[in-house]
Amino acid sequence: MASIEKTERDRAAGFVAPALIWVLAFFVLPFAVMIGMSFARLEGRSIVHGFFPDNYLRFFSEPSLFKGLTVSLEITLIVTVISVLLAYPLAWIIAMRVPVRYQRLALMLAVLPFWTSYVVRSYAWLLVLGQNGVINKALMGLGVIAEPLAIASTRTATVIGFVHFFVMLLTLTIYANLIQLSPNYARAAADLGASAFATFRHIILPLTLPGVVTGAFLTFVLCIGDYITPQILGGNSELTLPQLIMLQLGRRGDFPMASAMSIILMAVVTLAYLACARWLKLDRV
Amino acid sequence: MGRILTWAYMALIYGFIFLPVGVLVLFSFQDSRLPVPPFTGPSLRWYAQVLGDRDLMAALGNSLLVALISSAVALLLGFLAAHALARYRLPGSVLIRGLLIAPMTVSYLIIALGLMTVFNQIGLRPSLLATGIGHVVINLPLCFAILYAAMGDQQKNAERAARDLGASEARVLWHISAPMLMAPMAAAFFLSVTFSWDEFIIAFLLTRFDVTLPVEIWSMLRSGLSPKTNAIGSLVFLVSISVLILLELTIFRKPRQ
Repeated sequence: MASIEKTERDRAAGFVAPALIWVLAFFVLPFAVMIGMSFARLEGRSIVHGFFPDNYLRFFSEPSLFKGLTVSLEITLIVTVISVLLAYPLAWIIAMRVPVRYQRLALMLAVLPFWTSYVVRSYAWLLVLGQNGVINKALMGLGVIAEPLAIASTRTATVIGFVHFFVMLLTLTIYANLIQLSPNYARAAADLGASAFATFRHIILPLTLPGVVTGAFLTFVLCIGDYITPQILGGNSELTLPQLIMLQLGRRGDFPMASAMSIILMAVVTLAYLACARWLKLDRV
Repeated sequence: MGRILTWAYMALIYGFIFLPVGVLVLFSFQDSRLPVPPFTGPSLRWYAQVLGDRDLMAALGNSLLVALISSAVALLLGFLAAHALARYRLPGSVLIRGLLIAPMTVSYLIIALGLMTVFNQIGLRPSLLATGIGHVVINLPLCFAILYAAMGDQQKNAERAARDLGASEARVLWHISAPMLMAPMAAAFFLSVTFSWDEFIIAFLLTRFDVTLPVEIWSMLRSGLSPKTNAIGSLVFLVSISVLILLELTIFRKPRQ
């Protein structure tokens, strides 16, 4: 009996081994190497390994670097809040007001632009927001403005590009949450004399909060780590943390500094995770 | 009043969602050199340029290759691991599950940077192979999670029956487990292909001469706005939507009740 169990276990270990080895070799090991790298030092063009806290100290003392973190945090928070505020009503309308048989269609339409390439989507916003873009041409044609608005290459453009992406994502997650609610809760509240608003405020909203927080957390993680959108839409007016990381790599091949900044980025994400861990149900997305 | 407000809000948000895509597609048919108003088309000249662009077509082929192979590898590894963890009692299975899911929580930029550092040290040059390895890392958690969640008791009983009838483990996997998981396998594979196909930062840092499509489009952006970029963007969009509709009508079609 024991030997049967042992061969079974060996067989199972054989099944799981390839995946495990892949993750250890190409995820855990690189991550460990990167932590080591973050404590190395760049002297001239060569990397000196050791245990120097220089990179971390420099990051927190040099305003041009540290500002990347505050810019990233500000943009991410603004984007997360706006996206939730825009997506919730849409998800609610699709779940509660659109006839059931059209809901799937409405949802698919709401996320259709997901299927354009991410890089192309940011580029498309450039066409809309640029100096000669659709918005400026339209507003000038209508005589609303005389000079084109400078929207591209500003934080506003970055935020718009991000919000566009995350409204789609959040509509999906919040909708999935809303349709799981039994209509009986709302009915019961109404029977007890609650107004529509009170029902929403005290019944629907609290029940969907875990879904909202999960979506918001996803938004936070994806937004703060993204390089493409701020690089294409924000230009070089103010740099986010990922842009600064790429700059370290490109300009002088400063792997130690880039590694340290990546670790800091991960630390921020981990803190955000701990902050909302109470409501998170990542397995239910 | 509430009704009007509801539909107005919906129209507004849908307008916002479709605005960039509409502009992208419209100005891919532009006749002049800049994809900005006024619209001077319709013309197909930029589509002709795209199809005649060797680099772009090579990048498209590279992307397809990397996406298909890395997704197949991720699906296979994820399937075997999910099978082992769902069917057998293994020591440390909680830890193993955590490890397999972990890459999902880390930004692609950080995964790319780590791989770049390691590949540098072992002398693996930036290439499609390096990018493919990275894409397996990001898609393996996804494939594993989807398949692990889909493995239920129904399959377990069928597998046991096959085993009792003398089927080897390999035959059980090939003839029973895999076919019964057709829909989740297709979903996992399709999602992986989508993510790999569209992935930029890993491919950007881990390729040099042979690049993938997002990297090629990125370098096109450096020369400014061009209807050609609109055309390739619209083409990719069209292909994605077609595949999506095809899948929706075939594999993911809900059985009628």
